[in-house]
Order: sequence, then C-alpha cells, then structure tokens
Amino acid sequence: MSETSARPSPEPVIAVRDLCMHFPIHRGLLRRQVGAVKAVDGVSFDVMPGETLGLVGESGCGKSTTGRAVLRLYDITSGSIRLEGVEIGQMPQSQLRRLRPRMQMVFQDPQASLDPRMTVEGIIREPLDEHTRLSSRQKRERVHELLDAVGLSRRFAGRYPHAFSGGQRQRIGIARALALNPRFVVCDEPIAALDVSIQAQVVNLLEDLQERFGLTYLFISHDLSMVRHIANRVAVMYLGRIVEMAGREALYADPLHPYTRALLSAVNEPDPGAARSRRRILLTGDVPSPADPPRGCNFCTRCPEVMPICREMDPALREVAPGRHVACHLHDPAITTPREPTRAAPTAVEAASTRGDQPPSILSTRSVP
Amino acid sequence: MTDAASEPTRPGPGGTARPLRPEPPAVRDAATNPWGDVWRQFRTHKGALLGLGFLVFVTLFCLLGPWLWPVSPGALDVRNKDLRPVYHLLWDGSARVSWSHPLGSDQLGRDLLAQLIAGGRVSLAVGWTAMLIAMLIGTLVGVLAGYFRWLDGILMRFTDLVLALPILPLLLVMMLLFRDPLRATFGPATGIFILIVTVIGATSWMQTARIVRGDVLALKEREFVLAARSIGTPARRMIPRHILPNVLSPIMVSATLGLASAIITESALSFLGLGFPSDFPTWGKLLFDSTDRMADFPERVLWPGLAISLTVLSVNYIGDGLRDALDPRIRGR
Repeated sequence: MSETSARPSPEPVIAVRDLCMHFPIHRGLLRRQVGAVKAVDGVSFDVMPGETLGLVGESGCGKSTTGRAVLRLYDITSGSIRLEGVEIGQMPQSQLRRLRPRMQMVFQDPQASLDPRMTVEGIIREPLDEHTRLSSRQKRERVHELLDAVGLSRRFAGRYPHAFSGGQRQRIGIARALALNPRFVVCDEPIAALDVSIQAQVVNLLEDLQERFGLTYLFISHDLSMVRHIANRVAVMYLGRIVEMAGREALYADPLHPYTRALLSAVNEPDPGAARSRRRILLTGDVPSPADPPRGCNFCTRCPEVMPICREMDPALREVAPGRHVACHLHDPAITTPREPTRAAPTAVEAASTRGDQPPSILSTRSVP
Repeated sequence: MTDAASEPTRPGPGGTARPLRPEPPAVRDAATNPWGDVWRQFRTHKGALLGLGFLVFVTLFCLLGPWLWPVSPGALDVRNKDLRPVYHLLWDGSARVSWSHPLGSDQLGRDLLAQLIAGGRVSLAVGWTAMLIAMLIGTLVGVLAGYFRWLDGILMRFTDLVLALPILPLLLVMMLLFRDPLRATFGPATGIFILIVTVIGATSWMQTARIVRGDVLALKEREFVLAARSIGTPARRMIPRHILPNVLSPIMVSATLGLASAIITESALSFLGLGFPSDFPTWGKLLFDSTDRMADFPERVLWPGLAISLTVLSVNYIGDGLRDALDPRIRGR
C-alpha cells in the first residue's frame, strides 16, 4: 500500500479538513433550534489524482452526507474543502457554478436520479447545456460519444429512463457525470441499488473510465468487498467521523480500529474452510443518535474493547504508521503503554510504527484500569 | 414498472445473456418527434378522443355559428314568441313551431339557437381565459412557495387568506367597485369581460397553488433535482426544465376542473345580475333566465345546461388523456 503514502505528494484533487455538516433540529411553537444532527462531524481526508478513496461504514454514519457536502450540495456548517487548491468550503453557489464541471456525482438510486420526463439525450446533454457553448449538433455528437463510452447503444438516445433496466440507468447517470470531463467524481453508492450480477459490470465500467479519463473517485459504499476491489485507500466512518483510514491492503489485512475489525468480520468469506475458522465480531446495541453522540469516543457504547478513557476523551485521528490513520485510544501509545490514566498529550508517535504489525491483544487492553 | 423486460422482443435470453445490451424495447426510437408519441398515446384514450371531438365541435359551432345561422340573438320577434322546438312535432302535432326558430324562441321571441351560439362564445371565452389566469397565478404561487423556502411562509399564508375570504360577497364588492371604471375605459362588453375573467381567475387559483406547492416540495427532494444542482443548474432553469414538467399532471387536472368551475361561476354571477348586461346572452344566463318557466319549456333549460355539462365533461376527459399522454412512464403501454 505504500504507493499512496510514498508518492512525492502531488497536490490532492480534493482536500477536506474538519468538515462538519450539522442539520439543525427545530422544536416547539417558536421553532427554536434545540439541537443538531451531527451527520458529519470533523472529517478530514485527501484524495490524490487518479486515486480512488473508498468511504465505508454502516447506514446512517454520514457517508453520503460527506459526499454531498464535499460537492457543496449542502451549505456546510464548518470546515475547509479545497478542490485542486481552490477553497470551496464557503464559496457562494453562483461562484461555485463555474467549478462544477470539475467535480461531478454518480447517484445511488438510478431510478430517482434521472428525470422521468427527459429523454436520455436530454439528461446527458444537461451539463453540456449548462456549461458549454457547443452547437446542438456538437452536443448530440458528444452525447453519442458518451453513450459509447458507457456501453449503451446510440439508438437509446431518444428514450425515456423508465424504458431501461437498473444497470443501464446507472450507466446513463455515469455518462451524465462524465459529460464535462470532470477531474473528481463522487460515486455515492453507485451499485447499492443494483442487482449483484450488474454490480460487477458497473464497477468494472467505473474502473475502465478511470483509466481512460484519469478520473479521481470518492467511492462511497457499504459493500466492503466491492470497495476492496476498486479503492486504493479506504476510510471507515462511524457516526459522522472517520475512525480509520489506510491503504486497502493494510486495512483489509490488519484492521486496527475495533469497529473496522467488526465490519470486516461481517464480510462473507468465499472459502468455507476459512469461513469456519473465522471469528465473527458481533456488535451489540444500536448506533447512537447523531443528534446526541456519546461522551468520549463515538464508538465507546458498542466497542468490545472499551476502556474507561474511551468514555472520557475523544480520540483524535492520528497516523500510527506511514499512511495509516486511526482514531482509537488502543493505538495511542501515550495511553496504552505507559498506563497513565490522566490524559496525556498526543505526542509520541514513534512507537506506533513498531506496534503496527502486532495489534494489541484484547486481554492486555482490558486490564487497563 | 422499472425494468425493460416488459417488451416481447425476443423469446428467451438467448445464448449470450448480456443484460446490459438487451435488444431495444418495443418502444419506438422516438428521437424524431416526441409529440408524435404524445398523440399516439392520447389516441388510445377513448374518452379523451371523444371529448376532443366534442370540444372541437362546440368551438366550431360557436365560432362559425353566426355565419351558418345569421339570426341576431337579440332580435325580438314578438309574434313568434314562446315557440317550441321543431322536434316537438314528432310527438305533439299541435305544438307551436316554426322553421325560422328551429330550437324555439323565448318569451320575447328571441331565437334560442342564435342565443346558444352567442352565449357559447362568451361562456367559452370566459371559461378558458379565467382558467388560464387561475392556472398561471396558482402555478406561479405554488412553484415559488414550494421551491423557495423563504417565500413559502408568506405565499402560503396569503393563499390561506384568499381561501378564507367569502368568495361570493367578494365578487359582488369587486363588481360594484370596478364595473363602471372598466366599462368607461374598454366599452361595456369588453370591460365587463375583463372584469369577470379577472375576478373569477383571481378567486380560484388557491387550490392549484396548494396542490402544486405540495408536489414541488416532494419533487425538490428527489435525486434528479439534486443531480441537476450538482451540475450547476440555476433555479431559473431548474424550474422550467425539471420542476414544471413533473407537476404537469396536477396542473392539468385542476385546469380541467377550473374551466368547469369558471363557466359555472360566470353563470352564477349572471344569475345574480352582476355578470354581463341582460341583452348579452351566455350559457349560464340562458339557463337561469329560463328556470322560472322550466316546467312549461324544459328545452330552454335543457340546451344550455347540456352545452355546459358536455363541454365541462369533455374538457375533463381531455385533461385525463393529456395527463396520461404527457407522462412517458404511462406512454407506450
């Protein structure tokens, strides 16, 4: 996995810092704000050119909100989003419009994301109408090129979305996203609504297109095996935060965060022998409400390896090995090794690289008072 | 309804099952002319076709009638008053009929057929114009309130306000206030036409506004609107491109109902003596003028009543058929 971290650090296509997206809750007669759903609460990541960053997590953890907030489909609460070096976090929509061609989105539900009253040609042409000054003949030509690129027949251009199957509709959505030659594409669960037999085709199409057009993806999914297939790096989200971010191989071979371990243990194992020997980590309880997250670590209510400090202090996302980030006190050497119950300043990272290959055993961490 | 598998193109999946490149569905490649498809679907709706036929007939009847039946609707023929329609001869040989008044004449000897023609012109013009005004205001208010959150409160409270007003007294007051100035400016006929059309239009847009707002609110959360936003489509193009075509069905339905109620409201106004002047026939006024002698001369109520009901009914059917024909999901099945 070192290829992502050892790169001579080109400028990231998208750099997100401390992104927060809180949806206010209004109650009562006067509609006063009584709280906020912290759908995304302090998320930071970079996506390098040509890379695919997988964003995984269970439903309701804020994956899709992150994807939409990054594209500024919401007005974000706070934080910084830089698209190729340009800060777009607080940019007004009118100014942002000029940057829209560089970032596009493929939506989750291909049925809902295509206007039922527009023909396929109209749908794919819409970005061209908005951002280019091509003649209608050139636009038609471009629409046909895009249909070819996503593997649909040109003859389908005059039809309406309802006449297509789910996989075909998703291809139309992909063609629309590619119409303006974007650099960065957010794929918001593009395969979740599709038949399993179609999923692989759509994912392969996305990979082909990435190769051909040099795209950079933020690939949001809850399907861990699919993310393993397509992503270079993977970020795991839980309750509005990234709990672990690492290269694909490292993350799947040796998950550090207890939540990642639990998630990965739920992935189906095709080999029956391996499946029998595997230990399933069952999480108990429900995800806490993002309107009222627990004190301390967000995962402390369900963590199988919870320590007292987890209920007190929120772990920061720290780099425990080159390219490996995890937000867990288990991997904070200042907390786990010197056994200091008082809060230690998050400084010592040196010991982390040696600890990386031997994850702390559950017994030793349980013994911490 | 979602998959393309509903077409009977090939018998089986064939040797190479390639689900992403299926044979084209039976839907024609309609890249040429989308209105051709709309018409093809419209034709399958029998009621709509009948309605369209009747509406065309009534419109032509009113427009060309004065040339085919060049009798003035206001001409008094006192010697031939209270004639029965000619078809009365079929069962009553002693009925007073005359071929110069095929549908009979009223108590002043005015020809009923000519009155029907003239009345239809006015009624249809009032109905269509008032309905279009109401649809325009209703759609505008509904779309703005639904799409722009900051306008929602103001516009919907205004709608509630207008809804809460007692319409008939309001109409009377408006008539009294504006009748004379408008008459003075535009002449008696045009002035009263403008007044009636505006009054009916301005008091019947609220239902449409509410329905449209509700639909826009739901539509705004759909993913294709989000997709258009991610493309950078501004609101001024989002509304005509994505919102309006998708709220067309409820608008169409309330338009057909609106035409009906506009014709009927005009009749009610005429009945109260606040509509058109008394020598100016409309279907509604013909109907109400004849009610007191309805038992003796049922045909004087029957014909204008039939004209109103059938017109309204046919417009309803046309709206129904159009709504289906304009929806690409229903089209082609």
